[in-house]
Formats: sequence, C-alpha cells, structure tokens
Amino acid sequence: MKLSYDIYICGVGGQGIIKAGEIIGWAAMKEGMDVVMSEIHGMAQRGGGVSTEVRIGKAKGTIIPSGHADLMMAFEPLEALRAVEKMRKDAYLIVNLTPIPPFNISLREYPPVDEIIAELGKFSRNLYAFDADRVALEAGHPLSMNMAILGAATATPGFPLSEDAIIESMRENLPERLFKVNLKAFKGGFMSLEY
Amino acid sequence: MIKILNATEGDEVFLLGNEAAARAAIESGVGVASTYPGTPSSEIGDVLSKIASKVGMYFEFSTNEKVAVEVAAAAAASGVRSFTFMKHVGVNVASDSLVSIGYTGVEAGMVILSADDPSMFSSQNEQDNRHYARFANIPLLEPSNPQEILDFTKYAFNLSEKFKLPVLVRTTTRVSHMRSKVKVGGIQKMRKKGQFKKDPSRFVLVPSTARTMHKKLIKKINKISKIVDKSPYNQIYHANGKYGIITSGGAFNYAHDLVNEKELPISILKLGFTYPLPSGLISQFLEDLEKVFIIEEVDPIIEKDVLSIIGQENLEVDVHGKLDGTFPRIYEYNQDIVGASIGKLIPLKLEKKKALKTHLPERPPTFCPGCPHRATYYSINKALEELEMQVIFSTDIGCYTLGIEKPYNTADYLLSMGSSIGAACGFSKATRQKIVSFIGDSTFFHAGIPPLLNAVHNKHDFLIVILDNGTTAMTGGQPHPGLPFDGMGDEAPAISIESIVEALGINVKVINPMNIKKSIRTFKEALTTPSLNVVIARYPCQLSFKARGKPVRINNNLCNECLECINKLACPAITYDNGIKVDQRYCRGCTVCVQICPEKAIKPKGGSSE
Repeated sequence: MKLSYDIYICGVGGQGIIKAGEIIGWAAMKEGMDVVMSEIHGMAQRGGGVSTEVRIGKAKGTIIPSGHADLMMAFEPLEALRAVEKMRKDAYLIVNLTPIPPFNISLREYPPVDEIIAELGKFSRNLYAFDADRVALEAGHPLSMNMAILGAATATPGFPLSEDAIIESMRENLPERLFKVNLKAFKGGFMSLEY
Repeated sequence: MIKILNATEGDEVFLLGNEAAARAAIESGVGVASTYPGTPSSEIGDVLSKIASKVGMYFEFSTNEKVAVEVAAAAAASGVRSFTFMKHVGVNVASDSLVSIGYTGVEAGMVILSADDPSMFSSQNEQDNRHYARFANIPLLEPSNPQEILDFTKYAFNLSEKFKLPVLVRTTTRVSHMRSKVKVGGIQKMRKKGQFKKDPSRFVLVPSTARTMHKKLIKKINKISKIVDKSPYNQIYHANGKYGIITSGGAFNYAHDLVNEKELPISILKLGFTYPLPSGLISQFLEDLEKVFIIEEVDPIIEKDVLSIIGQENLEVDVHGKLDGTFPRIYEYNQDIVGASIGKLIPLKLEKKKALKTHLPERPPTFCPGCPHRATYYSINKALEELEMQVIFSTDIGCYTLGIEKPYNTADYLLSMGSSIGAACGFSKATRQKIVSFIGDSTFFHAGIPPLLNAVHNKHDFLIVILDNGTTAMTGGQPHPGLPFDGMGDEAPAISIESIVEALGINVKVINPMNIKKSIRTFKEALTTPSLNVVIARYPCQLSFKARGKPVRINNNLCNECLECINKLACPAITYDNGIKVDQRYCRGCTVCVQICPEKAIKPKGGSSE
C-alpha cells in the first residue's frame, strides 16, 4: 500500500526549486493533508544539481524510494534524466526544455535536448515537455519559471491539490510585488498543459 | 520568519527542522543563543538573528564553536537558559570546553544541538556525534522530524535544568532540512539576565575539583538512566511477531514507511532519548523476538549497546545491523537501503530499479557568475604560469574550496577550519616546495589567527591569500567580526584583518581581485619575496552584493575561439554553442572575461558592477 503521493522536483541551484516545494507543502496543509519535504542546502546549491522531494500523505521519510514518484517537476532537462529511477511507471513528467549546461562541459558535450526527451519518453508515457523559460518571460519575469512548471504540474491528472489551494499558497509565500507576474506564469504553465 | 515568530499556540506551520529548533528556543525562554554557522545547522542562526531582538533574546554568531559553547555555558551557569548549535565537525572545535561542562554542570537549561551530516552533503566527514554524549556523559535526544525537534528540544531544556547538566540534541541533514507540519506551543518569557553565584569548587576545574565533579557527573547520569525507560520519547510501534527493529532519529522514518507499505509483521522500537540508553525497555522489547534489526545512521552505537544488553541478560535473539554486514556501515539511509538490507534475511518484494544506461555529465557546484574567488584563482594561476612555478595549495573550508574543481586546481590539502595555515607551516618545514595557503575571511577569524601567530613566530615561509568577500558565504551569508554589524543586525566594531596581520609584522597587500592585471602583478611579487607574505583579495560576495552590471557582449568577428574564457576562467555564464555565447540570465557584468580576452572580443555593455 503506497503511503503518499510523491513529487520529485529537480533542477539547478538558483531556479527556485525549494520555493516551489514549499508552496505545494503549504497548499497540502490547507487541504488538510500531511506532508513532508526534503531540501538540499549548502555547497550543492552553488550551481550544482538540486532536488526537493515532497510527499503528501502518511509517509514519514523525505527521500522518495525508487519507482515511487507519481510526478516529476524538472526545471532542467539533464536533471530530469538523472532522476528517472525515482519514477513509477505511469508517473507524470513535466520537463522544462531550456538546458543549463554544467560549467565544466561545453554545450557540445551536453546531450541534445530532443535526445534527452526521447530517453525520458521511454520511462514514462505521460511526458510533457515545454519551454517554461519562455512562458515565464512572457509573464514578465524570467525567474517566474518555477511557477510555470508548477502550473503545468497542477494541471496533471491525479494531482492531489486544487488549483485554488496552490494559488492561495503562492499568495502567502511569494513577495507581494511579484505575485501577479508569478500567477501569470502559473496560469501560462497550467494552460499549456490543458491544451 | 513571521510564521515562526507570530504563530500562536496550537497553530500548524510548515516548518523546516532548523526553523522548528529556533521556535523551540523561543518557546523554551532561551535568553542567550550562540553559534558558528555550518550546514546543515545554518538556518537556526538565520532565523534567530532576525527574531532575537524582537523577543528579547541575546543572539550572536561567535567567532568559532568553542567560543559559542563557552558563551552559552556561562549564561547557563548564571541561571539564564542558553542554546548553542553547530554542525557535527563544529562540536570537535567546541569539544575542549564541552567535555568539561558535563563536570561543572549548569544552573539553567543548556541545550547543544549537533547537526550531523550522513553522506556528507556539505562536510569533510560524516562523524557520528552521538559519541559525544557518551564521551562527555551528557544526555542525548534524537528527533526524527521537525515536530520532534520542537518537542524534544523543549523537553531537553527541562531535563537539563532538572539535572543541571547540558543536553545534546542530535539531528541529521534529512531531519534538519526536512519540512513538515509542526504544531507550535506558546512562547515562554525569557530570563535575559541572571546572577552568577561563585562556587570555585564546582566551576573552576583544577584537578582537585575535577575529581569531585566527575564523581558527581556519574551519579547524575546514573539517576537519569532510571527515567529513560519510561520516557515518552521511546516508543513501540505495532508490537507483533518474531521480528523487531530498533531505530532512532531520521532512520526511523525509512523503517516506518517500509514496514507500513509492505505491511510487514515487524515491531518497531523507536528511540528518541538514547543516552543514557533505556536498557530496561530494550531488554523487554527483545524478550520474545527471534531477530532484531538495528537501523541507525552512521555508527553502530545502539547496536553495540543492544549486544551488551543481550549478553548481560542472557537473551536469545539474533542481532542484524552494521556489525554483521546486514546494513551499510557508511552514508545516510533511505527506504531502498533499509528494504534491501532487511530483504537479505526475510523475504521482501522490492521494486526493481530502472536504471539509466547512458552516463550523464556530472554537475559539480561551482563559483557563482561574478564571484571574486574565480578571479583570484585565475590570477594566481596566471602568476604561477608566468613564473613557471609549482606550488602546494593548502586550502580551507568555504566556497573557495570549490577551487578543487577544474580548471582552477587550487586545492591540494585540507583538513578542517583554519588548517590551511597550520598545514602550510608543516609543508614549509617538511618540503622544499613553495606553498600557497587560501583562507576566507570568516574562517580566518574562526581558526586562522593562532596558526598565523605560529607561522610568524616559527619563521615559516609561504604565501597566505585571504579571500575576503565580506561574509560567511558558503552557509548563506552570515556576518563575522570583520563587519560593522553583529548577528542581531546592531552596529558593531569591525575588526580589520590587515591590522591583525600588520601587528604581527607581516608584509601585507590588499588587492581588488576583479582587477586582473594588478592582481597578477601582486601575486608575482609576493611569490618571489622570501618570508611570510599575506595578500588580501577583497571583493564582496555576489550573492550578498545585490548590485550588478549589465551583461557583457561578445563580438564573434573578433573572437578566434582560443577558449581562454572557457578553459581558464570557466564562468558558468559563458558557453560554447557554435561560437562563444554569454548567457544573459547569469552574467553579472563583472568584466573579468573582458580583461582576460586576448583578442578584446568581449566588451562591457555599459555600466560596471560597482
């Protein structure tokens, strides 16, 4: 018996990964559910790969076991591929298409993004890749990319929290002056999955 | 921050473990709190530094952990509750005084929180600080989630006060950096000032008093061992069957999830109050078992205790843990590891891993775009190249340790905070090689000054580069004694690094590392001047220094793709994709690449970073 709905969020330090997880966690509490979340701090955050694992339900451990994640929110394509073993067979994968090559390699050594997406497709039928950076830019600020991904994630079938709870949580956890732009990015992400 | 301070009794808040620890301090009426920042404990100080003055608590970032423990001990000896917290290796620095505080004891509650780091996410080792409780003979609690951090820490203050002993709370990264629902309690009024009652026979540990106090300490710990068996922090879950698990702290979570998910007939004894050990409870739990699994991160401490209980009580139960190889001896655990380990002895259906076949490029952490350390390392490497000189790089703990990565290669030896200068003293005597040691500003204040005195007095010959970015950057930008404000944001005298160095009669130069030409010249001079030299490379951390210049642009007609900017500078904002490109999202306009481009193909785009 699976104890929780598990969300794996990954990307690169500085992309707003923890903030996205926090917003989901507060929203889960609003909906009266138990939730635990892991965060990576410190050295790994200097441009390294960063992940946050959110588990909504009765699980106590914050590390999602192999084959358990129901949803992946990947802010960067390469980091999505790194985490495939966390996903259960029918997991929903939301993947940003904009790559951030590791500083120690040049773009030439970075696997082509379409190959990454194709590889991810072998692990899940429910793959949705889109240019979240562009959605964020159109919303008014490149740093709202995390909310574009969150929007798409919220629209996936089986997502356990309501859109309203997420938006309310965004209002409480984001600086007031940035809320509008972030909401626009969220809506942009949400719509892009719906249609 | 507001949520931690303003939540009222009974409110449910989504708190990080470290935030729960800060809340525990204000709920317990802590009057004095102290720390030296270290991941995974850093956020406790970040929270307290913002709320301390609002609740009437005194808080400080001490120069190092030993000082932090001494500050807290003196407060607790004076009847003021005190809280001190640090990462696991910080307790080593503090240990000289910590072990003695068990002897003297305290008057008001004193809690020491040690944030251990299994799997070494941001540390040089994964030592298990539960040993310190046994070593110093002080009680130990092991919370497994943020709610328990709050509850256990509050209990620890009462326990400490009752037995007049400091109490150790041990967390691990996954508990410190776990976020979950926490029901908060009420905030207790704090006692800010106490009265120190002189009692040299207790508080001055010369051999004659220490002999008496050690005897008293043993008596106290024996008394406490009578209450642990009944402590509500040690609990039995679903007692049934012939198999059992004994576990503590974060490891409990994985055992709990596995047993519940697979509906295994295994009872779990979860230990929260683990020193002195609840041996009565443990032997009662073991009585009807055939097999017991001991699941703990990092060392087999409880396991050895369980074996001794089994020996003493003549019980017949097989013990499976780290000692017989059932569980891994190193790194943090997770549900997969716990499942695979238990699965060696009882049949378990486990998920098969669907591993990726292709090898993916690693993504090691690196200096931020615009980071002055990158510029410093570029310049010193250029200076060495021009001098055709090879050196040993003795480095230290901080962001600049990332110089270990290519293309900088500026880290050859590192032990602990301050070891760059101490070890350089040794290298300069034991070898004929040239030595350059790197140390950050916060680390210099923490543990760099005594070895610097040593280097001068014993006439060592090497170059010390102090990378002064005006903050404790690696742990999130906390202040240190070099800054004109303290841990609570109040004005404070800034201590000048160069004045300390000059006072010792050392030749010192201060450079702006973002000026590459001058930096190379200064490094060449220092490297060719015999005797001890200090160069201070001073420029603010790009994370704390919000101002940024406009991104640079590249004239691809002038660029001949020599790749100096990629191969030698390795700024993450510069990439190669059919020609050199500057990523506008990351470039901070620091213009170091502009200065080093041999073809002058990189141009500033108006405005500078200052």
